[in-house]
Amino acid sequence: MSVSDADVKKIAKLARLRLTDAEVALYGGQLTKILDSMAELSKADTSAVAPTTSVLGAVNVMREDEPKPFEDVEALLANAPERDGPYFKVRKVIE
Amino acid sequence: MAGVPVALKDNIQVKGVETTCASKILKGQIAAYDATVTERLKGADAILMGKCNLDEFAMGSSTENSAFQKTTNPWDAACVPGGSSGGSAAAAAARFCSFSLGSDTGGSIRQPAAFCGTVGLKPTYGLVSRFGLVAFASSLDQIGPFTRTVEDAELALSVIGGHDPKDTTSATNEPAPVSQTPKDLKGLRIGLPREYFIDGLDPEVEKAVRAAVDVLKSMGAEIKEISLPHTKYAIATYYIIAPSEASSNLARFDGIRYGYSDKGATNLQEVYELTRGAGFGPEVKRRIMLGTYALSSGYYDAYYSKAQRVRTLMADDFKNAFKEVDLIAAPTTPTPPFRFGEKTNDPIAMYLSDIFTIPSNMAGNASVSIPCGTSAKGMPLGLQLIADVFQEKRMLSVAKAYEAAKPFALLEK
Repeated sequence: MSVSDADVKKIAKLARLRLTDAEVALYGGQLTKILDSMAELSKADTSAVAPTTSVLGAVNVMREDEPKPFEDVEALLANAPERDGPYFKVRKVIE
Repeated sequence: MAGVPVALKDNIQVKGVETTCASKILKGQIAAYDATVTERLKGADAILMGKCNLDEFAMGSSTENSAFQKTTNPWDAACVPGGSSGGSAAAAAARFCSFSLGSDTGGSIRQPAAFCGTVGLKPTYGLVSRFGLVAFASSLDQIGPFTRTVEDAELALSVIGGHDPKDTTSATNEPAPVSQTPKDLKGLRIGLPREYFIDGLDPEVEKAVRAAVDVLKSMGAEIKEISLPHTKYAIATYYIIAPSEASSNLARFDGIRYGYSDKGATNLQEVYELTRGAGFGPEVKRRIMLGTYALSSGYYDAYYSKAQRVRTLMADDFKNAFKEVDLIAAPTTPTPPFRFGEKTNDPIAMYLSDIFTIPSNMAGNASVSIPCGTSAKGMPLGLQLIADVFQEKRMLSVAKAYEAAKPFALLEK
């Protein structure tokens, strides 16, 4: 399996990563090698095996839906790269 | 634990203190709340001394992937401390603190513990709350301590462990109290998995581990060869599941709420792409790409779904083994500590350093690395003990018996 430059760019777009041309070339080669090394998994017969999603046995953990206000909202907002009062500020998304 | 100095891996939140995960994308992010483990340490009056270096977002096996600092192995500054919790391991080994906390997703506590000559405990998945630990691979991540004695690991676990309603994957089991050191190991069955004593295993590591097993045998333990037949799939399975979960978990780093944000972006899409492109380092980007690929349409069944099924086979290997034996003994790492730069250009070679530690994360069981001597060059080597889920008490009591018979070669003061 060879991962082409076009594949790398498509995956990078899905992952919201802007890559340089040098990175595209580097990751293409490395992902090809890594994915090739994973081909051995096809040797494992899993036709009658269920996937593991939780090692503790997946069960829904339920609780009452009671609001618990976070006591230090300012500490959260203080980390914002851009803010406007009690809001996080983002670039315009509607043309 | 009043007055005991503790250091934390810098992916664990302490209110009012920066959490960077050794990543440029989180530089300057001040935690607005305590992790549950932090809250419990503070509640026990421990003294939080500071944060320890790590591979960026806990992705790596040598701590060379930190965006900020280089951590050397305190036994030899030319060697890596292991990773990803390399700073925590080095701090405990060099006696900068009484103990430290790290996180273990594929061996990130046990491998650096082996490389730095400390005890490194990965508790059963769910025994320690992950609330306030920056998520890497949520089905595998577990917090645990680095200590210089086994009893210290038990004490640390008794403080940080136990159910937490803030972590829905937290188990209802409570950590066992500190165990008595057994006088002998009569009646104990220890398995040696033949798949861990393979060609790629360094002869010095093998010799030290077999000598340690002989000590356990001389104390009355029965030693049996066992098989964990799906071990050969560990690396491939891990490097599908962990990056897949990481690609989802790391989606939250988008330049909007905290940390680095690219100022040159003209629209929201560019804010995301430029922030993440410049904010993440090479290994993190590589794993996000790998995980995104494995989860993408057309490849999901061949990679992610397949890996989850093979994970079941690996967990079943342990279930079957623990019908025959009480405990498994194995090397922690395939090699002694390696040098800086030795594996940085070859991701697969670096990934192989976790081959013996990944299976326990896959099965979620308890495991610990304890020092078992040194190499000819005087570098520490680790013995790994693996127990069934929630069997920490038995596992650590055997570790204590070994420690009593063969005191650990610790770094001198």
